[in-house]
This record gives sequence, structure tokens and C-alpha cells, in this order.
Amino acid sequence: MGKTILETQNISKYFHDPLTIQVLKEVSFSIKQGEFISVIGKSGCGKSTLLYILSTMDTDYQGKLWIDGELMMQKKEVDLARIRNKKIGFVFQFHYLLNEFTVLQNVMLPGLKLSEHAAKEVEHRAYEKLKILGIENEALKLPNQLSGGQKQRVAIARALINDPLIIMGDEPTGNLDKKNGDIVFQIFKELASSFNQTLLIVTHDNEFAERTDRIIEMEDGKIIKH
Amino acid sequence: MRLKLLANISRSLLLARWKQTLVAAIGVTFSITMFITLLSFMSGLNDLLDGLIINRTPHIRLYNEILPAQKQAVDLVPSFHHYYNFVRSVKPKNDLLQIRNSEAIVNSLAKDSRVLGVAPKVTVPVFYNIGNIDLTGIINGIDVEAEARLFLFKDYVTEGNYIDLKNIPNSIILGKSAAEKMLANIGDMIQVTTAKGNPIQLKVVGYFQSGLQEIDKVQSYCSINTAQKMLGESNTYITDIQVKLKNILQAPQLSNEYAHLYDTEAVDIQTANSQFETGSKVRSLISYAVGITLLVVAGFGIYNILNMMIYEKMDSIAILKATGFSGLDVQRIFIGIALFIGIFGGLLGLLFGFGLSAFIDQIPFNTAALPTIKTYPINYNPSYYIIGTVFSILTTYLAGYFPARKASKVDPVVIIRGK
Ligand SMILES: Nc1ncnc2c1ncn2[C@@H]1O[C@H](COP(=O)(O)OP(=O)(O)O)[C@@H](O)[C@H]1O
Ligand SMILES: [Mg+2]
Repeated sequence: MGKTILETQNISKYFHDPLTIQVLKEVSFSIKQGEFISVIGKSGCGKSTLLYILSTMDTDYQGKLWIDGELMMQKKEVDLARIRNKKIGFVFQFHYLLNEFTVLQNVMLPGLKLSEHAAKEVEHRAYEKLKILGIENEALKLPNQLSGGQKQRVAIARALINDPLIIMGDEPTGNLDKKNGDIVFQIFKELASSFNQTLLIVTHDNEFAERTDRIIEMEDGKIIKH
Repeated sequence: MRLKLLANISRSLLLARWKQTLVAAIGVTFSITMFITLLSFMSGLNDLLDGLIINRTPHIRLYNEILPAQKQAVDLVPSFHHYYNFVRSVKPKNDLLQIRNSEAIVNSLAKDSRVLGVAPKVTVPVFYNIGNIDLTGIINGIDVEAEARLFLFKDYVTEGNYIDLKNIPNSIILGKSAAEKMLANIGDMIQVTTAKGNPIQLKVVGYFQSGLQEIDKVQSYCSINTAQKMLGESNTYITDIQVKLKNILQAPQLSNEYAHLYDTEAVDIQTANSQFETGSKVRSLISYAVGITLLVVAGFGIYNILNMMIYEKMDSIAILKATGFSGLDVQRIFIGIALFIGIFGGLLGLLFGFGLSAFIDQIPFNTAALPTIKTYPINYNPSYYIIGTVFSILTTYLAGYFPARKASKVDPVVIIRGK
């Protein structure tokens, strides 16, 4: 196994509305390069909350978070945005594609934002990602011309565009039927094995979890098994 | 590169909502159109009304006031220098209206490089005799050619030929209103009496119409020689020297200088006609106020559409932020939309404003008071177009700023959780 790319130490999170409740309780764990990890636990146990903190979108927590050896505390909003852009790929339950842009443009957007490559190169890379996901023929369509499963695959391609350190998914198969869910799982599996991609996927599907390398189980804001 | 990306995103969001965008842009177009047209028209009117005065009025007028002499004879005697000299019942001398050494002054002014032209004048207070009735009036003895060249005399002679004044001896061009009172036709002889009581017969060769009725009731014109003859003075007798400058703004300063240099009274056009400037200022102020009000209304239109767009595009904002666009990027995207509306609408507004002004410029406008004006006046001052552009960009930026700021503060976690 490779080096540690993400680590947390005693992460706690409170919500104050309507009553103060502690949603995460001193969560500590680490992720190594190339791991395919699933996070499971009952609904409401804090999985999504944890994922949003790990993704740097939620900064209102206690404890420490390192991504790629860098401490995230006290970082400015612009810097966090750049870290998300470069190092984290996201897949949500909903695809969040921009309907004004073609599939290809949707995939390219984070790459253009990063602007490490020229636009032509970004386009080329976007095509490659679409090819990996088997939807290169849909590249020039608009998102609302695609099926639900295809949209989710576009979202994965978008998450891959900047070759992120880690892909995070919050129930990415939650909105899909069994067949499409399996396709998406196969894609994750393929990314992990062929491209040594690190993945952290929240799921409520135990069958899905069983097939991953490692399972983190949560209960009531705590990690009970990892 | 990064700004180009943001601009591309702005454009796509905007094109997806092009109908609403167009309505907002039309708001800006309308207000800029009105702004330009209003200012051009108002300022055209200002120029016209100012022209009534400025064309007719010397930039500097040198004259003598009827005042008692500052120094009495006794003050000039050396042995009385150290005394307080009281002289009672001092009276002004009759010849004081005359500018002494006028010929030399005219020549020296004509050589001054700052001076465009000089026209000497003799004013003669008279009575127009109509049967038993005497009307007071003023006859200006003028250098016909200089007057025509410097003060557009010709334009205001509505009937008759102005040059007859010079060629026909003892001729007069009557103020239009005065002529109507006297029932004097061109070719008629009229009689006037000077203040000293000398009656003189003059031949009417034309009518003069300044557009200001108070003036046309009183003032008439004859040649400078005729005026001197009426007064029984020599041909060096001059009461006014009218100066037209190359730069009107120098008038106050030069009028001081000349007053000092030639030892006469001098008044500049700005001082003599300050009330006109006030009128112009108020008219411009009204145009600006109306234009800016329209722009503010258009600004609210933009504010609304942006708020609506942001509300509709919450998901897009959330994913942009989740994939690495910063709050500032998002803010720029939406300000970009506002600016696009502003610039597009504003440019169309400039174009339509120009078109509408040009149209108004063609509408006939004939009035007896303004003989030289044939259509509504328009001033195509480029600065109005620059001001219009700046205003439209400024208002749309401000209208876009607050919604865009709101968009930049959207918390993606809240949006994504809400799904
Ligand atoms: N904005 C919020 N304000 C208050 N409580 C919240 C908020 N968001 C989530 N919670 C609570 O935090 C707990 C954890 O939620 P979540 O992380 O979404 O759970 P999971 O993803 O594991 O189903 C739940 O009890 C939920 O009700
Ligand atoms: Mg959840």
C-alpha cells in the first residue's frame, strides 16, 4: 500500500439548530493511496457530514484534517477551492450537471478552471475519461438528453478530469436502479484496480460495501470499525 | 484564460435565459436612449438660447459710464496735494460717454493676437416720433461689415438687405416690434429726435428681429456715420468698442486688463449674462436627473433578473464551488452577466439615442422669434455618449454586485444536502 493521502484526528462536529447535537465524535482515521474504501452506517449517523468535512467544503468543525500532508485548518476559501479542484473528485447522489453545457464541456469545466493544460489538451483528456466510462459517443449531447445512469457516469468523468488524489462519493448509486448501480460500481472497481485510484464511497448498500477493499462503519457519529 | 472561462460560463447562463436577459437589456437600452436624446436636445436648446445672446453680444464691451470725474481739477494742483479738498455739487461732463482716443484703441485691439475682431459702435438714445407720440428707443450706429462678420448681424435682419445700411445714407433698420408700432414699411421715412432735440429723417431699409421682443421694441440700427451726424459729433466719436475674442473663456480676465490699459469701463459677457448660464445649468441638471432615474429603474430590472437566475441556478453554483471554483469566481460569473446586459443594452442605447436625436434634428421648428432656426436643435456632443456608457456600466455593475455577492456566499453543502 502507498503513502497516506488523507488523515483525520479527533474530528468533531456540532449542529446548533434546533438543539445543539454532536453529529461527529472524535473521528480519527487515515486513507492510503490506492485504497477503495466504503463508508457504511445507519441513516443519520453522520456519513455525509463527515464526507463534506473531508471534502473541505464544510470548514465548521473541530479536530484536524490533512490532505496530501497539508493541514486544512485556517486555510483561505480560495486555497480550499484550489485543493478541491486539483485533489478531490466528487460524485454525489444527484449528478449536478450544468444543463447549459454539453457533456464534454461539463467534464472539461474543472480542468479549465485548474488551467494546468491548454483548452485543447483538457478536451482531449475529457474524451479519454468519457472513453473509460464508455460514454464518449454522448460527448456532444446536452445532459438532459441522457439517461440517469449515463448522467452519473458523466459526473464521474468530471470527477476524474484533474486526476484527483481521491474520489469521494456520497451514495453515488443511490438514485440508480440495480443495473446502472452495478455499472457504476464496476467503474469504481476498474478505476481502483487499473488506475490505482483512491476512492472513498459512502453507501447504504451492504452488498456494494462488501466488494470494496475496506469498510469504515459508523454509528451515532463514531467510527466503530475500520 | 481564467477570466475567459468565467466569461464563457456567464455567457452560457445568460443565453439559457435569453428572453429575460433581453428584457433587462431593453430596459438599459431605453434609459440610455432617453438619456442621450434628452441631453442632446436640452443642450441643443441651451446652445440655441445662449446663441441668442452670445452671437449678439460682444465678449468684452469697452464703454464709459456717465460718472462724475474721479479727480477734480483741484486734486491735480500740486500745492493742494496734502489737503482734503471738498468740491460740492459735482456734475458729470457731457462728453464722458465718448471713448477718448478710440481710433488708437481700436487699432491696438485689432493687433492683439487673442482678439478675433473689433467693432466700434455709437449708441444714440432717441425718441421715435409717431405723430404726437414719442417712443423711447436706442439707435446703434454700427460698422455694418464688422457687425455682420462678428455678431451675425445679417441673420437677424429678417427683411431688407443689411448692407443697404452702409450704402444708403441716412438709412435705418428698425426693430421689428418698433416698426410694427410705427406702421413703418420698408422704403418709408420716419422721424426720430435725439436727446438734445435734433429731429432727423431716416429711411427704413429693413427690419431687425433678435428673438427677444424687449430688444426689438427699442433697438434699431444705422451706420456709424449716420449716428455721429445725428449727434452732431465728429467721426472719431465712439461710445462702445465691442471685442470678440478667440476664446470666450478669457473674457473676464481680458476685460480687466483692457479696462486698466485703456482707462475705460469694461464688461465681459459672463458677467453681463450670468442669468443665462444659470438657466442652462438647470436644464442640464434636469436632463441628468431624468436620465439617471431611468438608469436606476433599469438597474432594478437587472437586479431582479440576476436574483432570479441565482435562485434558479443554485445547483450549478453548488457544483461549481464543489469542483473548485471559489466564491470570487462565482461572483465574477454573475457580475459578468450583469455587465454583459449593461454593455449590450448600453451600446444599443447609444445607437438608438443617436438615431432619435438625428430624427428630432429633422423635425421642422419654425418660430418667428428665432429666424435662423429651421429644425429642433440637437447638440451631438460626444461627451454625452461617453457619460452614457460610463453610467450604464456603473449602474449595471452595482445592480449585479449585490446578487453576485449573494451567489458567492452560497454554501454548497446546504444545497447538496437539500437534494
Ligand atoms: N444542517 C443541519 N442542521 C441540523 N442537523 C443536521 C443538519 N444536517 C444534518 N443534520 C443531522 O446530522 C445527522 C447526520 O446527518 P448526515 O451526515 O446527513 O447522516 P447520513 O449521511 O449518515 O445519513 C442527522 O441526525 C441529521 O439530522
Ligand atoms: Mg447522507
